[in-house]
Amino acid sequence: MSTIDYSDKIPNNVNLSEDKTLQRALEHWQPNYLQWWNDMGPDGSTNHDVYLRTAINVTPEGWANFGHVKMPDYRWGIFLAQAEEGRKVNFGENKGMNAWQEVPGEHRANLRRMIVTQGDTEPASVEQQRHLGLTAPSNYDLRNLFQINVEEGRHLWAMVYLLHKYFGRDGREEAEALLQRNSGDQDKPRILEAFNEETPDWLAFYMFTYFTDRDGKFQLNALAESGFDPLSRTCRFMLTEEAHHMFVGESGISRIINRTCQVMKEFGIEDPEQVRAKGVIDLPTIQRYLNFHFSVTIDLFGADQSSNAAAFYSAGLKGRYEEMKRDDDHLLKGGQYRILEVSNGALVEREVPMLNALNELLRDDYIRDSVAGVARWNRVIEKAGLSFRLVTPHKAFNRHIGAMAEFKISPEGRLISETQWQANVGNWLPSEADRAYVASLMGRVIEPGKIAGWIAPPPIGINRQPIDYEYVRFN
Amino acid sequence: MNAPEPIAFIRQHLIDPEICIRCNTCEETCPIDAITHDSRNYVVDADICNACGACISPCPTGSIDHWHTVAKSAAYSIDEQLSWDELPVEQEVDASVLDQVSVADEAVAGDAVQTNAATSISSSTPPWSAAHPYVNLYTLKTPITATIAGNYRLTAPDVESDIRHIVLDFGTQVFPILEGQSIGIIPPGVDANGKPHYMRMYSVASPRSGERDGYNNLSLTVKRVVVDHDGKPTVGVASNYLCDLPKGANVQVAGPFGVNYLMPNHPEANLLMICTGTGSAPMRAMTEHRRRLLAKGQSASGKLMLFFGARNSAELPYFGPLLKLPAEFIDKNFAFSRVADQPKTYVQDKILEAGKAVAELLAGDTYLYVCGLKGMETGVMAALTEVSAQHGLDWAELRTKMVKEGRFHVETY
Repeated sequence: MSTIDYSDKIPNNVNLSEDKTLQRALEHWQPNYLQWWNDMGPDGSTNHDVYLRTAINVTPEGWANFGHVKMPDYRWGIFLAQAEEGRKVNFGENKGMNAWQEVPGEHRANLRRMIVTQGDTEPASVEQQRHLGLTAPSNYDLRNLFQINVEEGRHLWAMVYLLHKYFGRDGREEAEALLQRNSGDQDKPRILEAFNEETPDWLAFYMFTYFTDRDGKFQLNALAESGFDPLSRTCRFMLTEEAHHMFVGESGISRIINRTCQVMKEFGIEDPEQVRAKGVIDLPTIQRYLNFHFSVTIDLFGADQSSNAAAFYSAGLKGRYEEMKRDDDHLLKGGQYRILEVSNGALVEREVPMLNALNELLRDDYIRDSVAGVARWNRVIEKAGLSFRLVTPHKAFNRHIGAMAEFKISPEGRLISETQWQANVGNWLPSEADRAYVASLMGRVIEPGKIAGWIAPPPIGINRQPIDYEYVRFN
Repeated sequence: MNAPEPIAFIRQHLIDPEICIRCNTCEETCPIDAITHDSRNYVVDADICNACGACISPCPTGSIDHWHTVAKSAAYSIDEQLSWDELPVEQEVDASVLDQVSVADEAVAGDAVQTNAATSISSSTPPWSAAHPYVNLYTLKTPITATIAGNYRLTAPDVESDIRHIVLDFGTQVFPILEGQSIGIIPPGVDANGKPHYMRMYSVASPRSGERDGYNNLSLTVKRVVVDHDGKPTVGVASNYLCDLPKGANVQVAGPFGVNYLMPNHPEANLLMICTGTGSAPMRAMTEHRRRLLAKGQSASGKLMLFFGARNSAELPYFGPLLKLPAEFIDKNFAFSRVADQPKTYVQDKILEAGKAVAELLAGDTYLYVCGLKGMETGVMAALTEVSAQHGLDWAELRTKMVKEGRFHVETY
């Protein structure tokens, strides 16, 4: 007999205590989750008191409660955004029907697959980041890492709730499997490639949270449009938390650039070797990391043409980014969209039916959003009076999924030969030497208010606390 | 006649474009669409923003929390803000000029008012027969002044908790209110950070016809807050302010608020009321309304059933007057959790004890009201589930139906 009071242990707004079957299923899953967290979660952190934001309900006041907690005691809860009265399926063949409160039988397999794919990324990123705590550049950054980790854990709970509640035995088995696959595992890897890459250092971490968590934002936005209402409400609330992750990425890179520019100006140097000699990360290295993370992340949107994407859309399961803000028929039957292909030795655009190109559409929306942040990084460089500018590579660069995977494309978007690629790849993507250099800078700085030499301090603290606040206490 | 127009100042809400990451959370959160954006910046429209503060804590960056005091006529326009790369330096405003800033501006605080803390589902519509409520006649920026007509201690003098019955009179000013609605109390002065205190909400404890029948007054049930939710000592700003107000004092009020937590008007409707402590305020209002109708000869066939929890009878507000109500008018069930030599009893225990009567009510034309500390919700919901199951009702289905029909109202704090 379990003695845990789950109605208290699992904060929720889904009346968990009234659904005994579901409660039992989650009772069974919870210890396995905690075991996973202990085995695969942040390394050596179980006894730290971390200043975390915990959601206790979904109102503006309720989801940002701050206080020091030990991470294994973090109250991973199940929250759905408030129900929208009379919500409809808003796109596809079923447009105008009442939104589904239960899984429609004919879409069961597809929905399960979408939820499992989304769910799989959440614990994967925790696994990828599990050693970063040992090399945190400040107490503040360590806290932000842990905040992201516990929230990715909560997002796993959100997906597992859907699997348990709506997919019966299959769902329970999938929920178990989510804890059994591991990032980078040879035998049981995570589903998506980007989530099997290592996150070896903090430059990679900030790039990952900027670029790859932004993929999460776009996927969740598309799922938040779903006609399956519980999925929509779950994703809508997850999005509120996702914003913090992108903040960590955007501000982290911005602070690195800031520090580098400061040193470059102070010593009047621009040569990368000289910059490295001063113990900061040179701008070309930042560009190469950017190229890597950008290209790996846009692969996550899938093949340029996809009949699955078309089927998901037509069925009303997964919409476009900001579907409801778009002014069209939400059926897209006659629509066309331009995708890339290689013709006569050059990249050209070709029109294809819009429905088949929805992955590409979401990818392009994503790219627009990422580029805006890169422009803000450039403003930091510009302000320092330096001429260097960061730039996002062409979307065909370094692709491993989709029609472009079989070609070698330069960051500017030129079709090149294998020889040319090999000759230049060291200028475009981080080399072993780059990664080794960045790794050499990673030392642990955890005393409140102190900061590693390769990154500028944050402009403000968390939740109006001072920057030198003791965000993480070590016991 | 020829005096110059006083300059109006506002605390303009601004977003720091250097720190903002354009995540759209604020725009999504803003209840009145005061926030907009272009490809460059997220900005706040000074003409729309009412400083409710809903966007502050969801912002992941802290960029949202900037307030510049500016002359209202010179507030930064949307276009200006969209062109910024950084916040402008805040202009210093002469303190003597600021003294002219009206109370309305003082009330523009960076803090939110409280909202319902309930985690259970609750009807988002009122009962079909509810009277039409007036709401938002008075706001933070345009409050109404009420006079304290009485301030009485309800709890015994020798017990720790100080719960008071406070009567507010509105004289000849219009302030229509229904049972179940709330009002906002705006404590004067500023907090430790120099910000105006934010508004606190109280449910009214009196019926629509006034605390005293036919008078333009209402009553509140206020507990003097001396410890916080975690039991740590604290001094509740609004409750201590209210509890200490002498007869004849003035108080700034906003409201009325609340469009759903209302009572049905049709006489056959049953009321099932579950409350603890000062959560009894709306129950007292509804009960009193029904009692006055009865006294006027308009008998109602609908039943009243009350579950009321407190630590002991000395700390149960309105215990004496409640005892005097005849059992055929209202079925009263008290639960006391701190009586020497007696096992702790909570409202959910009483609900289980009275299972049959509760189930009979639930199966009929019944309107359910829950009000009290948020800790009570889980137990109450579990008890209702169990009672239903024991008497062959499908609680999940029934609850969904009640929620949909405006018959299921939960408000906790």
